[in-house]
Amino acid sequence: MTIDYNAKMPETQEGTEVYNTDPLIVKSHYEIDYIHSYAQDSEFFRALGKKKLMGSKCEECGYVYATPRGHCMICGAETKWHELPNEGKIHTFTTCYFGSEKFLPETPFNLIMVEFEGVDSLFMARLIGASLEDIKIGMKVKAKFKRNLTYSPTDVYFVPAKE
Amino acid sequence: MKNGGRDVYMVSGGVTKFTKSNPGMDFRLRTKHAFDYALKDIDISVKDIDGSVASYFSDHFQRQLMSGIMAQDYLALTPKPSKRVEGGGATGGLAFQTGVEEVASGRMDVCAVYGFETMSHVNTWKGNEFIALASDTNFDYPVGGFYTGYYAMMAVRHMHEFGTTLEQLAKVSVKNHGNALHNPYSQSPMKITVEDVRNSQMVSYPLTRLDVCTMSDGAAVAILASEEKAFEMCDHPVKISGIGTGTDTMRLSDRPFLKVPLLPNEKESDYKNLQYPGVHSFRAGRSAALEAYKNAGITDPLEELDLIELHDAYTSSEIQTYEDLGLCKYGEGGAFIDEGKSNLNGKVAVNPSGGLLASGHPVGATGIMQSVFMFWQLQHSIKKHFKDDTLQVKNAKKGLIHSHAGTGTYVTVSIMEAVQ
Ligand SMILES: [Zn+2]
Repeated sequence: MTIDYNAKMPETQEGTEVYNTDPLIVKSHYEIDYIHSYAQDSEFFRALGKKKLMGSKCEECGYVYATPRGHCMICGAETKWHELPNEGKIHTFTTCYFGSEKFLPETPFNLIMVEFEGVDSLFMARLIGASLEDIKIGMKVKAKFKRNLTYSPTDVYFVPAKE
Repeated sequence: MKNGGRDVYMVSGGVTKFTKSNPGMDFRLRTKHAFDYALKDIDISVKDIDGSVASYFSDHFQRQLMSGIMAQDYLALTPKPSKRVEGGGATGGLAFQTGVEEVASGRMDVCAVYGFETMSHVNTWKGNEFIALASDTNFDYPVGGFYTGYYAMMAVRHMHEFGTTLEQLAKVSVKNHGNALHNPYSQSPMKITVEDVRNSQMVSYPLTRLDVCTMSDGAAVAILASEEKAFEMCDHPVKISGIGTGTDTMRLSDRPFLKVPLLPNEKESDYKNLQYPGVHSFRAGRSAALEAYKNAGITDPLEELDLIELHDAYTSSEIQTYEDLGLCKYGEGGAFIDEGKSNLNGKVAVNPSGGLLASGHPVGATGIMQSVFMFWQLQHSIKKHFKDDTLQVKNAKKGLIHSHAGTGTYVTVSIMEAVQ
Protein backbone atom coordinates (compact mmCIF):
# COMPACT_ATOMS: atom_id res chain seq x y z
CA MET A 1 0.00 0.00 0.00
CA THR A 2 1.45 3.39 -0.98
CA ILE A 3 -1.39 5.73 -0.15
CA ASP A 4 -0.68 7.84 2.94
CA TYR A 5 -3.56 10.11 3.91
CA ASN A 6 -1.34 11.95 6.40
CA ALA A 7 1.49 12.71 3.97
CA LYS A 8 3.27 15.96 4.85
CA MET A 9 6.03 17.97 3.17
CA PRO A 10 8.98 18.56 5.47
CA GLU A 11 9.21 22.18 6.69
CA THR A 12 12.43 24.12 6.02
CA GLN A 13 13.81 27.38 7.37
CA GLU A 14 14.81 28.49 3.88
CA GLY A 15 12.36 31.41 3.82
CA THR A 16 12.39 34.07 1.13
CA GLU A 17 13.71 37.59 1.12
CA VAL A 18 10.75 39.89 0.62
CA TYR A 19 11.12 43.45 -0.64
CA ASN A 20 7.49 44.43 -0.70
CA THR A 21 4.14 42.83 0.04
CA ASP A 22 1.79 44.73 -2.30
CA PRO A 23 2.57 43.79 -4.95
CA LEU A 24 4.53 40.88 -3.51
CA ILE A 25 8.17 41.27 -4.57
CA VAL A 26 10.67 38.59 -3.59
CA LYS A 27 14.34 37.93 -4.22
CA SER A 28 15.09 35.36 -6.91
CA HIS A 29 18.73 34.26 -7.01
CA TYR A 30 20.48 33.09 -10.18
CA GLU A 31 24.08 32.09 -10.72
CA ILE A 32 25.79 30.00 -13.36
CA ASP A 33 29.24 28.99 -14.59
CA TYR A 34 29.51 28.64 -18.34
CA ILE A 35 31.91 26.31 -20.11
CA HIS A 36 32.91 28.98 -22.63
CA SER A 37 34.88 27.74 -25.62
CA TYR A 38 36.87 30.27 -27.63
CA ALA A 39 36.69 27.72 -30.44
CA GLN A 40 38.25 29.10 -33.66
CA ASP A 41 39.38 32.23 -31.78
CA SER A 42 41.48 30.18 -29.29
CA GLU A 43 44.88 30.97 -30.83
CA PHE A 44 44.44 34.69 -30.11
CA PHE A 45 44.20 34.02 -26.37
CA ARG A 46 47.05 31.51 -26.30
CA ALA A 47 49.30 33.92 -28.24
CA LEU A 48 48.84 36.65 -25.60
CA GLY A 49 50.93 34.43 -23.28
CA LYS A 50 53.76 34.71 -25.82
CA LYS A 51 53.30 38.50 -25.90
CA LYS A 52 51.93 38.33 -29.39
CA LEU A 53 48.89 40.12 -30.71
CA MET A 54 47.31 37.98 -33.40
CA GLY A 55 44.88 39.30 -35.97
CA SER A 56 43.84 37.58 -39.14
CA LYS A 57 44.43 37.98 -42.83
CA CYS A 58 42.28 36.96 -45.75
CA GLU A 59 44.55 35.60 -48.45
CA GLU A 60 41.65 35.63 -50.89
CA CYS A 61 40.99 39.40 -50.87
CA GLY A 62 43.91 40.69 -48.81
CA TYR A 63 41.84 42.20 -45.97
CA VAL A 64 43.72 42.30 -42.66
CA TYR A 65 41.80 42.20 -39.38
CA ALA A 66 43.12 43.59 -36.11
CA THR A 67 40.43 41.68 -34.21
CA PRO A 68 40.70 38.14 -35.51
CA ARG A 69 37.89 36.29 -37.24
CA GLY A 70 37.88 32.83 -38.74
CA HIS A 71 36.26 33.88 -41.98
CA CYS A 72 36.47 37.10 -43.96
CA MET A 73 33.50 39.49 -43.68
CA ILE A 74 34.20 40.81 -47.20
CA CYS A 75 34.51 37.64 -49.27
CA GLY A 76 33.68 34.77 -46.91
CA ALA A 77 37.03 32.97 -47.32
CA GLU A 78 38.80 31.33 -44.39
CA THR A 79 41.42 33.63 -42.86
CA LYS A 80 44.98 32.91 -41.71
CA TRP A 81 46.47 34.06 -38.39
CA HIS A 82 48.48 37.25 -38.81
CA GLU A 83 50.73 38.85 -36.20
CA LEU A 84 50.05 42.53 -35.54
CA PRO A 85 52.58 45.23 -34.72
CA ASN A 86 52.99 45.98 -31.00
CA GLU A 87 52.40 49.67 -31.54
CA GLY A 88 49.44 51.49 -32.99
CA LYS A 89 47.47 54.72 -32.74
CA ILE A 90 44.30 55.67 -30.93
CA HIS A 91 41.41 55.78 -33.42
CA THR A 92 38.88 56.77 -30.76
CA PHE A 93 38.48 56.60 -26.99
CA THR A 94 36.28 57.10 -23.95
CA THR A 95 36.56 57.01 -20.19
CA CYS A 96 33.81 55.00 -18.47
CA TYR A 97 32.78 56.33 -15.05
CA PHE A 98 30.00 53.76 -14.81
CA GLY A 99 29.71 50.34 -16.35
CA SER A 100 28.12 46.94 -16.26
CA GLU A 101 27.89 45.56 -12.72
CA LYS A 102 30.82 43.23 -13.39
CA PHE A 103 33.11 46.14 -14.28
CA LEU A 104 31.79 48.79 -11.85
CA PRO A 105 34.62 48.17 -9.35
CA GLU A 106 37.14 48.97 -12.11
CA THR A 107 35.67 52.39 -12.99
CA PRO A 108 36.85 54.83 -14.13
CA PHE A 109 38.61 53.02 -16.97
CA ASN A 110 39.62 54.04 -20.48
CA LEU A 111 38.45 52.19 -23.58
CA ILE A 112 40.23 52.78 -26.86
CA MET A 113 40.02 51.50 -30.41
CA VAL A 114 43.48 50.97 -31.85
CA GLU A 115 44.46 51.31 -35.50
CA PHE A 116 47.63 49.60 -36.77
CA GLU A 117 49.75 50.43 -39.80
CA GLY A 118 48.85 48.14 -42.70
CA VAL A 119 45.81 46.69 -40.93
CA ASP A 120 42.28 47.34 -42.22
CA SER A 121 40.24 47.00 -39.03
CA LEU A 122 40.49 48.10 -35.39
CA PHE A 123 41.07 46.52 -31.97
CA MET A 124 39.25 47.45 -28.76
CA ALA A 125 41.24 47.50 -25.52
CA ARG A 126 41.83 49.20 -22.20
CA LEU A 127 44.34 52.05 -21.99
CA ILE A 128 46.18 52.74 -18.75
CA GLY A 129 48.81 55.30 -17.88
CA ALA A 130 46.81 58.25 -19.21
CA SER A 131 43.74 60.07 -17.95
CA LEU A 132 40.95 61.53 -20.06
CA GLU A 133 42.65 64.94 -20.47
CA ASP A 134 45.78 63.26 -21.84
CA ILE A 135 44.13 60.98 -24.38
CA LYS A 136 44.03 62.20 -27.97
CA ILE A 137 43.01 60.63 -31.26
CA GLY A 138 46.18 59.76 -33.18
CA MET A 139 48.22 59.24 -30.00
CA LYS A 140 50.78 56.41 -30.21
CA VAL A 141 50.11 53.45 -27.93
CA LYS A 142 51.95 50.25 -27.20
CA ALA A 143 50.59 46.81 -26.31
CA LYS A 144 51.55 45.30 -22.95
CA PHE A 145 50.79 41.79 -21.83
CA LYS A 146 49.91 40.35 -18.44
CA ARG A 147 52.30 37.78 -17.06
CA ASN A 148 49.61 35.82 -15.27
CA LEU A 149 47.06 35.06 -17.93
CA THR A 150 43.33 35.08 -17.36
CA TYR A 151 42.60 34.04 -20.94
CA SER A 152 40.53 37.15 -21.46
CA PRO A 153 41.13 39.87 -24.08
CA THR A 154 42.27 42.04 -21.15
CA ASP A 155 45.47 39.96 -21.02
CA VAL A 156 46.60 42.61 -23.50
CA TYR A 157 46.25 46.30 -22.68
CA PHE A 158 47.78 49.49 -24.01
CA VAL A 159 49.91 52.28 -22.57
CA PRO A 160 51.01 55.56 -24.17
CA ALA A 161 54.12 55.11 -26.37
CA LYS A 162 56.85 57.69 -26.83
CA GLU A 163 56.63 59.47 -30.22
CA MET B 1 3.85 48.78 -51.58
CA LYS B 2 6.94 48.50 -53.77
CA ASN B 3 8.51 46.13 -51.23
CA GLY B 4 6.14 43.63 -52.80
CA GLY B 5 2.83 42.07 -51.86
CA ARG B 6 -0.37 43.75 -50.76
CA ASP B 7 -0.66 47.28 -49.39
CA VAL B 8 -0.56 47.36 -45.59
CA TYR B 9 -2.13 49.89 -43.23
CA MET B 10 -1.91 50.60 -39.54
CA VAL B 11 -5.41 50.82 -38.08
CA SER B 12 -4.85 51.22 -34.36
CA GLY B 13 -2.32 51.36 -31.56
CA GLY B 14 -1.90 51.42 -27.81
CA VAL B 15 0.94 52.21 -25.39
CA THR B 16 1.30 51.93 -21.62
CA LYS B 17 2.92 54.74 -19.72
CA PHE B 18 6.62 53.91 -19.62
CA THR B 19 8.07 53.94 -16.11
CA LYS B 20 11.34 53.04 -14.42
CA SER B 21 9.54 50.34 -12.47
CA ASN B 22 5.95 49.25 -12.41
CA PRO B 23 5.87 46.08 -10.31
CA GLY B 24 2.08 46.15 -9.99
CA MET B 25 1.76 44.74 -13.50
CA ASP B 26 3.75 42.08 -15.29
CA PHE B 27 4.54 42.14 -19.02
CA ARG B 28 1.35 40.24 -19.86
CA LEU B 29 -0.96 42.66 -18.10
CA ARG B 30 0.87 45.69 -19.52
CA THR B 31 0.60 44.25 -23.03
CA LYS B 32 -3.07 43.47 -22.39
CA HIS B 33 -3.72 47.10 -21.45
CA ALA B 34 -2.05 48.40 -24.62
CA PHE B 35 -3.85 45.76 -26.71
CA ASP B 36 -7.29 46.52 -25.26
CA TYR B 37 -6.74 50.25 -25.81
CA ALA B 38 -5.96 49.56 -29.47
CA LEU B 39 -8.99 47.28 -29.94
CA LYS B 40 -11.32 49.71 -28.22
CA ASP B 41 -10.09 52.71 -30.20
CA ILE B 42 -11.56 51.29 -33.42
CA ASP B 43 -14.20 49.17 -31.74
CA ILE B 44 -12.96 45.77 -32.86
CA SER B 45 -12.54 42.59 -30.84
CA VAL B 46 -9.86 39.99 -30.42
CA LYS B 47 -11.87 37.82 -32.87
CA ASP B 48 -10.90 40.24 -35.65
CA ILE B 49 -7.18 39.51 -35.19
CA ASP B 50 -5.76 36.79 -37.46
CA GLY B 51 -2.39 36.40 -35.78
CA SER B 52 0.45 38.25 -34.13
CA VAL B 53 4.13 39.03 -33.80
CA ALA B 54 5.75 39.19 -30.36
CA SER B 55 8.53 41.73 -29.80
CA TYR B 56 10.84 41.49 -26.80
CA PHE B 57 14.61 41.65 -26.50
CA SER B 58 16.05 39.90 -23.51
CA ASP B 59 15.33 36.63 -21.78
CA HIS B 60 17.79 37.69 -19.05
CA PHE B 61 15.79 40.59 -17.69
CA GLN B 62 12.95 38.46 -16.35
CA ARG B 63 14.59 35.02 -16.49
CA GLN B 64 11.44 33.92 -18.23
CA LEU B 65 11.89 32.20 -21.54
CA MET B 66 8.99 32.01 -24.03
CA SER B 67 7.47 35.24 -22.73
CA GLY B 68 5.95 35.62 -26.19
CA ILE B 69 3.57 32.71 -25.83
CA MET B 70 2.61 33.91 -22.34
CA ALA B 71 1.53 37.24 -23.82
CA GLN B 72 -0.20 35.44 -26.70
CA ASP B 73 -2.35 33.33 -24.37
CA TYR B 74 -2.99 36.22 -21.96
CA LEU B 75 -4.33 38.27 -24.89
CA ALA B 76 -6.70 35.40 -25.83
CA LEU B 77 -4.90 34.99 -29.15
CA THR B 78 -4.15 31.27 -28.90
CA PRO B 79 -4.33 29.13 -31.08
CA LYS B 80 -3.72 31.76 -33.79
CA PRO B 81 -0.33 32.00 -35.55
CA SER B 82 2.42 33.96 -33.85
CA LYS B 83 6.19 34.20 -33.66
CA ARG B 84 8.80 36.08 -31.72
CA VAL B 85 11.14 38.47 -33.48
CA GLU B 86 14.33 39.67 -31.76
CA GLY B 87 17.16 41.96 -32.81
CA GLY B 88 18.50 43.93 -29.83
CA GLY B 89 17.39 47.55 -29.69
CA ALA B 90 15.78 47.21 -33.13
CA THR B 91 13.50 44.40 -31.94
CA GLY B 92 10.41 46.63 -32.11
CA GLY B 93 11.16 47.91 -35.61
CA LEU B 94 11.92 44.42 -36.88
CA ALA B 95 8.72 43.03 -35.33
CA PHE B 96 6.68 45.88 -36.83
CA GLN B 97 8.11 45.07 -40.26
CA THR B 98 7.41 41.36 -39.73
CA GLY B 99 3.79 42.30 -39.05
CA VAL B 100 3.78 44.28 -42.31
CA GLU B 101 5.13 41.21 -44.11
CA GLU B 102 2.45 38.96 -42.57
CA VAL B 103 -0.25 41.18 -44.07
CA ALA B 104 1.57 41.99 -47.33
CA SER B 105 2.06 38.29 -48.02
CA GLY B 106 -1.66 37.65 -47.68
CA ARG B 107 -1.18 35.25 -44.80
CA MET B 108 -3.09 37.52 -42.43
CA ASP B 109 -5.66 40.26 -43.03
CA VAL B 110 -5.23 41.71 -39.54
CA CYS B 111 -2.04 41.30 -37.52
CA ALA B 112 -1.34 42.52 -33.98
CA VAL B 113 2.29 43.38 -33.24
CA TYR B 114 2.86 43.54 -29.51
CA GLY B 115 6.07 44.55 -27.77
CA PHE B 116 7.12 44.63 -24.14
CA GLU B 117 10.10 44.68 -21.82
CA THR B 118 10.34 44.58 -18.04
CA MET B 119 13.77 45.87 -17.11
CA SER B 120 13.11 46.62 -13.43
CA HIS B 121 13.68 43.06 -12.20
CA VAL B 122 17.41 43.81 -12.01
CA ASN B 123 19.32 46.91 -10.94
CA THR B 124 20.50 49.41 -13.56
CA TRP B 125 24.11 48.18 -13.63
CA LYS B 126 23.13 44.54 -13.87
CA GLY B 127 20.77 45.63 -16.65
CA ASN B 128 23.71 47.25 -18.42
CA GLU B 129 25.59 43.98 -18.08
CA PHE B 130 22.73 42.08 -19.74
CA ILE B 131 22.64 44.62 -22.55
CA ALA B 132 26.44 44.39 -22.94
CA LEU B 133 26.08 40.65 -23.46
CA ALA B 134 24.69 41.79 -26.81
CA SER B 135 28.28 42.47 -27.84
CA ASP B 136 30.93 39.90 -28.82
CA THR B 137 31.58 37.92 -25.62
CA ASN B 138 35.03 36.81 -26.83
CA PHE B 139 36.49 40.21 -27.66
CA ASP B 140 34.25 43.11 -26.60
CA TYR B 141 32.23 42.29 -23.50
CA PRO B 142 35.22 41.19 -21.33
CA VAL B 143 37.16 44.40 -22.07
CA GLY B 144 34.61 46.43 -20.13
CA GLY B 145 31.33 45.63 -21.82
CA PHE B 146 29.19 48.74 -21.58
CA TYR B 147 27.07 50.03 -24.41
CA THR B 148 27.30 53.66 -23.34
CA GLY B 149 31.08 53.24 -23.62
CA TYR B 150 30.80 51.89 -27.17
CA TYR B 151 28.51 54.75 -28.25
CA ALA B 152 30.76 57.24 -26.48
CA MET B 153 33.70 56.08 -28.62
CA MET B 154 31.55 56.55 -31.72
CA ALA B 155 30.56 60.04 -30.55
CA VAL B 156 34.21 60.98 -29.91
CA ARG B 157 35.10 59.91 -33.44
CA HIS B 158 32.12 61.83 -34.87
CA MET B 159 33.33 64.93 -33.01
CA HIS B 160 36.85 64.40 -34.38
CA GLU B 161 35.72 63.74 -37.94
CA PHE B 162 33.12 66.51 -38.24
CA GLY B 163 33.64 68.97 -35.38
CA THR B 164 30.41 68.03 -33.63
CA THR B 165 30.31 69.71 -30.21
CA LEU B 166 29.24 68.73 -26.70
CA GLU B 167 26.65 71.53 -26.82
CA GLN B 168 25.13 70.10 -29.99
CA LEU B 169 24.75 66.71 -28.29
CA ALA B 170 23.17 68.41 -25.28
CA LYS B 171 20.68 70.28 -27.46
CA VAL B 172 19.17 66.95 -28.51
CA SER B 173 18.57 66.12 -24.86
CA VAL B 174 17.01 69.54 -24.19
CA LYS B 175 14.69 69.20 -27.21
CA ASN B 176 13.54 65.63 -26.56
CA HIS B 177 13.05 65.96 -22.79
CA GLY B 178 11.19 69.22 -23.47
CA ASN B 179 8.86 67.68 -26.07
CA ALA B 180 7.99 64.95 -23.57
CA LEU B 181 6.49 67.53 -21.20
CA HIS B 182 3.36 67.23 -23.36
CA ASN B 183 3.42 63.45 -23.76
CA PRO B 184 1.54 61.81 -20.88
CA TYR B 185 3.02 58.38 -21.78
CA SER B 186 6.62 59.54 -21.35
CA GLN B 187 8.90 58.46 -18.54
CA SER B 188 11.17 61.49 -18.10
CA PRO B 189 9.64 64.79 -19.22
CA MET B 190 12.03 67.58 -18.22
CA LYS B 191 12.56 71.24 -18.82
CA ILE B 192 16.35 71.41 -18.90
CA THR B 193 19.16 73.50 -20.38
CA VAL B 194 22.37 72.65 -22.21
CA GLU B 195 24.21 73.45 -18.95
CA ASP B 196 22.05 70.95 -17.05
CA VAL B 197 23.00 68.24 -19.53
CA ARG B 198 26.71 69.02 -19.40
CA ASN B 199 26.70 69.34 -15.59
CA SER B 200 24.90 66.06 -15.12
CA GLN B 201 27.00 63.06 -14.00
CA MET B 202 29.45 61.82 -16.62
CA VAL B 203 28.69 58.22 -17.63
CA SER B 204 31.20 57.69 -20.47
CA TYR B 205 32.91 60.73 -21.89
CA PRO B 206 31.34 62.68 -23.61
CA LEU B 207 27.94 61.22 -22.63
CA THR B 208 26.36 62.35 -19.36
CA ARG B 209 23.31 60.87 -17.65
CA LEU B 210 21.10 63.25 -19.62
CA ASP B 211 22.66 62.15 -22.93
CA VAL B 212 21.57 58.56 -22.27
CA CYS B 213 18.12 56.93 -22.13
CA THR B 214 17.05 54.99 -19.04
CA MET B 215 15.80 51.50 -18.21
CA SER B 216 12.07 51.15 -18.53
CA ASP B 217 9.01 48.95 -18.03
CA GLY B 218 6.45 49.21 -20.79
CA ALA B 219 4.39 47.70 -23.59
CA ALA B 220 3.04 48.85 -26.95
CA VAL B 221 0.75 47.38 -29.60
CA ALA B 222 0.27 48.15 -33.31
CA ILE B 223 -2.56 46.67 -35.34
CA LEU B 224 -1.90 46.27 -39.05
CA ALA B 225 -4.41 45.37 -41.74
CA SER B 226 -4.91 44.80 -45.46
CA GLU B 227 -6.47 47.64 -47.48
CA GLU B 228 -9.92 46.11 -47.48
CA LYS B 229 -9.96 45.44 -43.74
CA ALA B 230 -8.29 48.76 -42.93
CA PHE B 231 -11.02 50.88 -44.49
CA GLU B 232 -13.69 48.64 -43.00
CA MET B 233 -12.28 48.96 -39.48
CA CYS B 234 -10.87 52.45 -39.33
CA ASP B 235 -11.88 55.93 -40.52
CA HIS B 236 -8.28 57.14 -40.85
CA PRO B 237 -5.93 54.25 -41.54
CA VAL B 238 -2.27 55.07 -42.15
CA LYS B 239 -0.44 53.41 -45.03
CA ILE B 240 2.96 51.75 -44.60
CA SER B 241 4.43 52.91 -47.89
CA GLY B 242 7.89 51.39 -47.62
CA ILE B 243 10.15 49.46 -45.29
CA GLY B 244 13.92 49.06 -45.17
CA THR B 245 16.36 47.13 -43.00
CA GLY B 246 20.12 47.40 -42.77
CA THR B 247 22.75 45.42 -40.89
CA ASP B 248 26.35 45.88 -39.84
CA THR B 249 29.06 43.88 -38.06
CA MET B 250 28.55 43.04 -34.40
CA ARG B 251 32.00 44.32 -33.49
CA LEU B 252 32.66 48.03 -33.86
CA SER B 253 36.25 47.07 -34.59
CA ASP B 254 35.18 45.30 -37.81
CA ARG B 255 33.43 48.30 -39.37
CA PRO B 256 35.09 49.00 -42.72
CA PHE B 257 36.39 52.25 -44.22
CA LEU B 258 34.66 52.54 -47.58
CA LYS B 259 32.60 55.03 -49.59
CA VAL B 260 29.22 56.42 -48.56
CA PRO B 261 26.26 54.65 -50.23
CA LEU B 262 24.62 57.72 -51.77
CA LEU B 263 21.01 58.81 -51.49
CA PRO B 264 19.36 60.41 -54.56
CA ASN B 265 20.01 63.88 -53.08
CA GLU B 266 23.78 63.30 -52.64
CA LYS B 267 26.82 63.29 -54.96
CA GLU B 268 30.10 61.40 -54.71
CA SER B 269 31.93 64.76 -54.53
CA ASP B 270 30.11 65.52 -51.24
CA TYR B 271 32.32 62.96 -49.51
CA LYS B 272 35.70 63.08 -51.23
CA ASN B 273 37.78 62.41 -48.13
CA LEU B 274 35.34 60.53 -45.96
CA GLN B 275 36.08 56.93 -45.01
CA TYR B 276 32.78 55.28 -44.29
CA PRO B 277 31.27 54.18 -41.98
CA GLY B 278 34.30 53.73 -39.73
CA VAL B 279 33.00 54.09 -36.19
CA HIS B 280 31.50 57.55 -36.69
CA SER B 281 28.36 56.55 -38.63
CA PHE B 282 25.76 53.82 -38.79
CA ARG B 283 25.99 52.14 -42.19
CA ALA B 284 22.95 49.99 -41.35
CA GLY B 285 20.92 53.18 -40.85
CA ARG B 286 21.92 54.39 -44.30
CA SER B 287 21.13 50.98 -45.89
CA ALA B 288 17.73 50.88 -44.19
CA ALA B 289 16.93 54.41 -45.40
CA LEU B 290 18.03 53.60 -48.96
CA GLU B 291 15.70 50.59 -49.14
CA ALA B 292 12.75 52.34 -47.49
CA TYR B 293 13.07 55.51 -49.60
CA LYS B 294 13.28 53.49 -52.80
CA ASN B 295 10.12 51.60 -51.92
CA ALA B 296 8.22 54.67 -50.74
CA GLY B 297 9.42 56.75 -53.71
CA ILE B 298 11.23 59.33 -51.56
CA THR B 299 14.05 61.23 -53.29
CA ASP B 300 14.43 64.25 -51.00
CA PRO B 301 13.75 63.14 -47.41
CA LEU B 302 14.06 66.57 -45.80
CA GLU B 303 11.47 68.05 -48.17
CA GLU B 304 9.16 65.05 -48.24
CA LEU B 305 9.05 63.96 -44.59
CA ASP B 306 6.98 65.94 -42.09
CA LEU B 307 8.13 64.18 -38.94
CA ILE B 308 10.39 61.42 -37.65
CA GLU B 309 10.50 59.21 -34.58
CA LEU B 310 14.06 57.90 -34.39
CA HIS B 311 16.11 55.78 -32.02
CA ASP B 312 17.85 58.33 -29.77
CA ALA B 313 19.14 55.96 -27.08
CA TYR B 314 22.00 58.48 -26.95
CA THR B 315 21.96 62.15 -28.00
CA SER B 316 24.90 61.41 -30.30
CA SER B 317 22.85 58.71 -32.07
CA GLU B 318 20.20 61.26 -33.00
CA ILE B 319 22.79 63.52 -34.65
CA GLN B 320 24.42 60.57 -36.42
CA THR B 321 20.99 59.41 -37.59
CA TYR B 322 20.06 62.79 -39.16
CA GLU B 323 22.97 62.10 -41.49
CA ASP B 324 22.23 58.40 -42.11
CA LEU B 325 18.67 59.37 -43.08
CA GLY B 326 19.95 62.07 -45.43
CA LEU B 327 18.18 64.94 -43.65
CA CYS B 328 21.54 66.66 -44.05
CA LYS B 329 24.94 65.63 -45.38
CA TYR B 330 27.36 63.57 -43.29
CA GLY B 331 29.10 66.01 -41.00
CA GLU B 332 26.19 68.46 -40.84
CA GLY B 333 24.23 66.73 -38.07
CA GLY B 334 25.51 69.12 -35.43
CA ALA B 335 24.50 72.17 -37.45
CA PHE B 336 21.10 70.55 -38.08
CA ILE B 337 20.24 70.66 -34.36
CA ASP B 338 21.88 74.10 -33.95
CA GLU B 339 19.62 75.50 -36.67
CA GLY B 340 16.55 74.08 -34.95
CA LYS B 341 15.58 72.07 -38.02
CA SER B 342 14.52 69.06 -35.90
CA ASN B 343 12.47 71.11 -33.41
CA LEU B 344 8.76 70.52 -33.03
CA ASN B 345 8.09 73.45 -35.34
CA GLY B 346 11.27 73.03 -37.37
CA LYS B 347 11.75 71.82 -40.93
CA VAL B 348 11.10 68.21 -39.88
CA ALA B 349 10.02 67.47 -36.30
CA VAL B 350 12.32 64.77 -34.91
CA ASN B 351 11.12 62.86 -31.87
CA PRO B 352 8.14 65.06 -31.10
CA SER B 353 7.14 62.38 -28.55
CA GLY B 354 10.38 62.89 -26.62
CA GLY B 355 12.10 59.90 -28.22
CA LEU B 356 13.77 57.18 -26.20
CA LEU B 357 15.67 59.76 -24.14
CA ALA B 358 12.48 61.05 -22.55
CA SER B 359 9.72 58.56 -23.41
CA GLY B 360 11.77 55.64 -22.13
CA HIS B 361 13.22 52.54 -23.79
CA PRO B 362 11.58 49.25 -22.72
CA VAL B 363 13.45 47.63 -25.59
CA GLY B 364 10.86 45.32 -27.18
CA ALA B 365 8.13 47.96 -26.86
CA THR B 366 10.17 50.90 -28.14
CA GLY B 367 9.92 50.42 -31.90
CA ILE B 368 6.19 49.68 -31.60
CA MET B 369 5.74 52.77 -29.40
CA GLN B 370 7.27 54.86 -32.21
CA SER B 371 4.75 53.42 -34.69
CA VAL B 372 1.85 54.23 -32.36
CA PHE B 373 2.93 57.84 -31.79
CA MET B 374 3.53 58.21 -35.54
CA PHE B 375 0.13 56.69 -36.30
CA TRP B 376 -1.62 59.17 -34.00
CA GLN B 377 0.36 62.06 -35.51
CA LEU B 378 -0.62 61.08 -39.07
CA GLN B 379 -4.24 60.57 -38.00
CA HIS B 380 -4.12 63.99 -36.34
CA SER B 381 -5.45 62.34 -33.19
CA ILE B 382 -2.67 63.38 -30.77
CA LYS B 383 -5.13 65.55 -28.85
CA LYS B 384 -7.49 62.63 -28.35
CA HIS B 385 -4.76 60.30 -27.06
CA PHE B 386 -2.49 62.77 -25.21
CA LYS B 387 -5.32 65.04 -23.96
CA ASP B 388 -3.07 67.87 -25.19
CA ASP B 389 -2.40 68.87 -28.79
CA THR B 390 0.87 70.75 -28.27
CA LEU B 391 2.84 67.95 -29.92
CA GLN B 392 0.52 67.53 -32.91
CA VAL B 393 2.70 68.29 -35.94
CA LYS B 394 0.68 70.57 -38.21
CA ASN B 395 0.03 69.14 -41.68
CA ALA B 396 1.65 65.82 -40.70
CA LYS B 397 1.19 63.64 -43.80
CA LYS B 398 4.32 61.56 -44.19
CA GLY B 399 6.49 60.21 -41.38
CA LEU B 400 9.46 57.95 -40.78
CA ILE B 401 10.07 55.60 -37.87
CA HIS B 402 13.57 54.31 -37.18
CA SER B 403 14.60 51.50 -34.84
CA HIS B 404 18.24 50.65 -34.07
CA ALA B 405 20.19 47.87 -32.35
CA GLY B 406 23.57 47.89 -30.59
CA THR B 407 26.09 50.27 -32.27
CA GLY B 408 24.00 50.06 -35.45
CA THR B 409 23.97 46.30 -36.04
CA TYR B 410 20.32 46.12 -37.14
CA VAL B 411 18.48 49.25 -38.21
CA THR B 412 14.94 49.50 -39.57
CA VAL B 413 13.29 52.41 -41.34
CA SER B 414 9.56 52.37 -42.10
CA ILE B 415 7.67 55.11 -43.95
CA MET B 416 4.08 55.82 -42.90
CA GLU B 417 1.62 58.00 -44.80
CA ALA B 418 -1.77 59.52 -44.10
CA VAL B 419 -4.18 58.53 -46.85
CA GLN B 420 -7.18 60.75 -46.16
ZN1 LIG C 1 38.38 38.20 -47.94
